[in-house]
Amino acid sequence: MSGPVTSLTFHENARAACKDASLRQSLKKCTGIFQKKRREAVQALPLEELRDQASAIKLQVLDDLGAYVDRFAASATRAGAVVHRAKDAAAARETIFHILKDRSATKIVKSKSMVTEEIHLNEHLHRRGMQVIETDLGEYIVQLAGEKPSHILAPAIHKNRQQIGKLFAEKLRVPYTEDHLELLKIARDTLRQDFLTADAGITGANFALADTGSVVLVTNEGNGRMATTLPRLHIAVLTLEKIIPSLADLATFMRLLPRSASGQILSSYVSLITGPKKQGESTGAEEVHIVLVDNGRSEIVAGDCREILKCIRCSACLNACPVYATIGGHAYGSTYPGPMGIILTVLLDGMDKAYPLLDGTTLCGACDEVCPVKVPLTKMLATLRERRIAEGLTSTSEKAAMAGFKHAVNSPRAFDWGQRALRRLWPGLVLLSGEKILGRVPQPADRSLRRRMS
Amino acid sequence: MRVQLFGTCLVDTFFPETGEATVRLLEYFGVDVAYPREQTCCGKPADSVGYQDVSREAARHFLSVFEGPDPIVVPSGSCASMIKHHYPGLFKDDSRLRAKAEQTASRTYELTQFLVRVLKAHQTGFRGSGSITYHASCQLTRELSVREEPILLLKSIEGAQYVALPEADRCCGFGGAFMAKMPEVSMSLAYEKAQNIVGVGADTVTGCDQGCLMNISDALKRAGSNISVKHIAQVLAEGI
Ligand code: SF4
Repeated sequence: MSGPVTSLTFHENARAACKDASLRQSLKKCTGIFQKKRREAVQALPLEELRDQASAIKLQVLDDLGAYVDRFAASATRAGAVVHRAKDAAAARETIFHILKDRSATKIVKSKSMVTEEIHLNEHLHRRGMQVIETDLGEYIVQLAGEKPSHILAPAIHKNRQQIGKLFAEKLRVPYTEDHLELLKIARDTLRQDFLTADAGITGANFALADTGSVVLVTNEGNGRMATTLPRLHIAVLTLEKIIPSLADLATFMRLLPRSASGQILSSYVSLITGPKKQGESTGAEEVHIVLVDNGRSEIVAGDCREILKCIRCSACLNACPVYATIGGHAYGSTYPGPMGIILTVLLDGMDKAYPLLDGTTLCGACDEVCPVKVPLTKMLATLRERRIAEGLTSTSEKAAMAGFKHAVNSPRAFDWGQRALRRLWPGLVLLSGEKILGRVPQPADRSLRRRMS
Repeated sequence: MRVQLFGTCLVDTFFPETGEATVRLLEYFGVDVAYPREQTCCGKPADSVGYQDVSREAARHFLSVFEGPDPIVVPSGSCASMIKHHYPGLFKDDSRLRAKAEQTASRTYELTQFLVRVLKAHQTGFRGSGSITYHASCQLTRELSVREEPILLLKSIEGAQYVALPEADRCCGFGGAFMAKMPEVSMSLAYEKAQNIVGVGADTVTGCDQGCLMNISDALKRAGSNISVKHIAQVLAEGI
């Protein structure tokens, strides 16, 4: 491909992805497994009831977001954490940079977090001379390869074991292996050293509890726990919508999140971090900072796509999406891919920078079916398509075709005329559109149904 | 009983045989079928791309053509769903048309929904042969919740064998304008659908949406398969 991969080059990116057979194989296999495991895991739940409950809790927070943010900040401060607020990505990066710099921290271990991808934290800290090491295995692989995550839960879903083996051999100078346990051991040995020598740990958060001021991390590899206990400084970065009212509400989400994400009944680790290590406690960071990032949320919550802020990043909608499973996350040219990603990217980056993504859905509704918090994904995708058209971000030929169509739907005579014209012009139109479009449609019938019925 | 048939623009233009089969089928069950001459398109193709001014225009026309108390039967899940679930929302600011849209929506049925739920005709006693598999199209399945009806009808065909399709409700990649906007992705999805169909070893694949069937038929052809692709109206009507 020429030029950089962005959301504006979505169609080109997707076309290239369709040609990549090994990518498709990896995606099909992994999304298939995730879907199957999810389906099995939710069977034991009163699913509809829990989805309604979870959705209601999230809406309760969104209805009064400012107050919940204040409540969380007060509770976290009471627990001994230092709370920072950042209006946008730049402010968040600066805040984090200064917390680190003021403590002479230069080596940072990170556990997986999408918000730090959203604010492009790593690039920023690298540029300013700090070393940032991703410690989630998938994220580690992606970092080694100099790439971005292509899935919000499984960042390296686009790579197969052979590719990872080659990458390790090349970058870590270890003998080639494609045995996944061997690969895991190599990563673990390298990372262990980093954990022990890091000055700070940076994490995201799956939830933040307004009543206790706790930050909740749901992980599987234990790296989150090491990143928050081994270094003396822990910085948790989270966007406003991660806040839920109370510890009691967490139970509802914990029944839904791991099952929807990976089909697990519970993830291996669930950490609730409530301020720094207290006197007499043996584990925990000595200093805990929480950076509350707005980055557009206050605007989104006031608009007609506010329900996207209910999202708990389980990734079930990515796995269920036939388009995502065909092209993978990189094609979207955005931090968040798949159905939730299209919506969030349009809202965060702006329609003018992301509108081609809106073509990336058949509106099949598979995402709506699996979302644990009932985000009305298909409805919002349709709403954003309307906004795109209202803003005029489409081709002139489409506009012209729609103007003609608008006339025809109102007039049976024009409709009949149009059908016959279509029949006459068909061979030419097929040539014009190409084999891949009208070449897949049979030619119009010699006599339409309306003529046969009259 | 009298019904009004909405043929859908796709069937009207490209697949009139499917419309004729629908008429034969309804008449077989003693239904008097009217085909309102002034009908055009439900507006779905414009609506899903985001042109609500166009789909509102189409809806307005539809509402003026399909008047009266009679049920409206549609041989397409996605068009039926457009009328049932999307029309009322198009007239948020016009209470008169909104009420009319709701009344119209309440008497609109997708074909198999009408056959099974209204006519209770699931024991068709029709005859057929070979094995038949079924693609569950998206709006039919997820918006209209019509899941069992087509399968009940297919299972009632004597002499034919219904075989379940793996991932039957996975999108085939048609998606209306999607097939033109993202042709490579659309074709990949259609190809996966075709592989599943070939995999179950069916002689015929059917469904309730001509758009999807057209897409699937193309993919099967490209894959070198001669499995026959027919709308459920045709499969049923052939067995009368
Ligand atoms: S939108 Fe729903 S399904 Fe998709 S990631 Fe968010 S919570 Fe999960």
